[in-house]
Amino acid sequence: MTTIEHVRPPRLQAVGAQVRQISFWAENAAPIGLVALVIVFSALSPTFLTLGNIKAMLVAAAILVILAIGQSFVITTGGIDLSISATMTFGAIGFGLAFQAGLGFWVSAVVAIVAGLLIGLINGLLIAKGKVTDFIATLGTLSVATGLALIVSNGKPITINSTELLTLTSGSLGIFGYPIILAAVIAVLAWFFMFRTRFGLHVQAVGGNEESAVANGISATRIRMAVYLISGGLAGVAALLLVARVGAAEPAINTQFLLNSIAAVVLGGVSLTGGKAKIVGPVIGALLLTALTNGLTLLGVSQFYQPLAVGLVVVLAALLTRFQKK
Amino acid sequence: MTTPDQYNERPSVAPHTGTTATRDFILQATGITKSFGGVHALKGASMTMRRGEITALIGDNGAGKSTMVRCLSGIHRPDSGEILLDGKPVTFENPNAAIQQGIETVQQNLALVEDLTVWQNFFLGREKTHGFGPFRTLDRKLMKQTAADLLKNLAVNVPPVTSKVRRLSGGQRQAVAIARAAGWGSQIVIMDEPTAALGVQETARVEGVIETLRESGVAVLLISHNFDQVMRLSDHVWVMRAGMAVAERRSAETSGDELVALITGAKAA
Repeated sequence: MTTIEHVRPPRLQAVGAQVRQISFWAENAAPIGLVALVIVFSALSPTFLTLGNIKAMLVAAAILVILAIGQSFVITTGGIDLSISATMTFGAIGFGLAFQAGLGFWVSAVVAIVAGLLIGLINGLLIAKGKVTDFIATLGTLSVATGLALIVSNGKPITINSTELLTLTSGSLGIFGYPIILAAVIAVLAWFFMFRTRFGLHVQAVGGNEESAVANGISATRIRMAVYLISGGLAGVAALLLVARVGAAEPAINTQFLLNSIAAVVLGGVSLTGGKAKIVGPVIGALLLTALTNGLTLLGVSQFYQPLAVGLVVVLAALLTRFQKK
Repeated sequence: MTTPDQYNERPSVAPHTGTTATRDFILQATGITKSFGGVHALKGASMTMRRGEITALIGDNGAGKSTMVRCLSGIHRPDSGEILLDGKPVTFENPNAAIQQGIETVQQNLALVEDLTVWQNFFLGREKTHGFGPFRTLDRKLMKQTAADLLKNLAVNVPPVTSKVRRLSGGQRQAVAIARAAGWGSQIVIMDEPTAALGVQETARVEGVIETLRESGVAVLLISHNFDQVMRLSDHVWVMRAGMAVAERRSAETSGDELVALITGAKAA
């Protein structure tokens, strides 16, 4: 999406020339991979491209899409948020306890998001003000958030019976369930803030060259605080979808969401060194990973093979990004 | 020295050299001192810049050029001394204060973000927006147009403003940084070794840009180790040695050899 301005008139010829370059495949790894997966799986399984399965896949992808967007903001600044899935778990427990205390759906939802923002705030303070390495700081808060979730829930899942949650998880407009609509709205907002506002430009500047950004009057501290808050807040939103899907707030570890959120961003063509912002890429990356898991399940491939497949796809994508245009 | 030299008196106050009237000075710095711990980087240095001229500041490493420039661009605060801008005393709390008074500095590292486009770099930190509140959007059209116009006015030969700075050559990057500094209605542009890392052709292009800048009425302070360049470009030269501005010359009335002698102290100022 960022390269709209570059490609102009002689489109067809240009496209032809581009396809012959490896950088074309590297730039568009996620959409090409998604199309390839859809073709392969729909050939192998008649159920894959049915409306019912597409709807199920989109709903299943919503949590990962939201987490990948949060992760994308952080990674654009050259950071990483390893605590993102633990924060989601913490937010889910926050929702569960608030709901159990009779605060109702909406207040509980706010509690979940505030819980996520709280972890984001701690990350931001540690990294932006305390100058702790992002990797170490968020590894620490990963453990802290997981521990807190276990402590406050006493290690037991909290069952939730909420009509609002039921609507959230089962309601839909056509084949688009509410969860994926929520994720899409967040994606559009994220794209807008990243590419059309001063804030987004400053996020990219800090990630690209912090020294130059600061020399031009941008506060790197504020930008870093903001991206970890965004990541934490979005983890809180994802917590709602997680509780809605499971029907309970579980203090589970959810490691696969952490790895997949980073994998989706890498698949989406975002450089881990920062400076190159993408929103659509990571969203497609998240859809790809969900389609991969779904397709393998439909084909009856053992669950044990799924992490292997995800790992292979991510490593391949990382190799391909080496050939991206600078 | 037997004859009083109108340029060579070590100035105790901002000098009124030659036939130049005070009002023709855009900048007068007088008796600037700056120490870092026990190191006296500036020991009462004075210098001037005239309107519409390129003033060169030369001196050996450690002579105090960089400290002087940092005092003028607001990075350092002088321990004592006075800076007159347009005849009025000014103090700069920080680089932004200097920028607001019309003094722009082209950093040696250029302060560009390689992954952003030319126009994004141009307006980095001072973007134009429309709308209001959290939905204030970047006025991309205005910014692209303005950046393109400014580059065109300076006759800078660069790719479209939508290309990423990463794809620009060293000279093109320098030109973009200079055009950005000149693009804010600034009165003074300070450049620290603008062509240090450039080849012959690129140096010539950047020098062309600096000359265009002078023609448009901006006063340029040029720090350079390249005497040929100083002789080619500048109208006036200040020589620093050991924390003092020890001599000034009209470029037309001096030679590279004399400048070297002044820098090393082989020739008394």
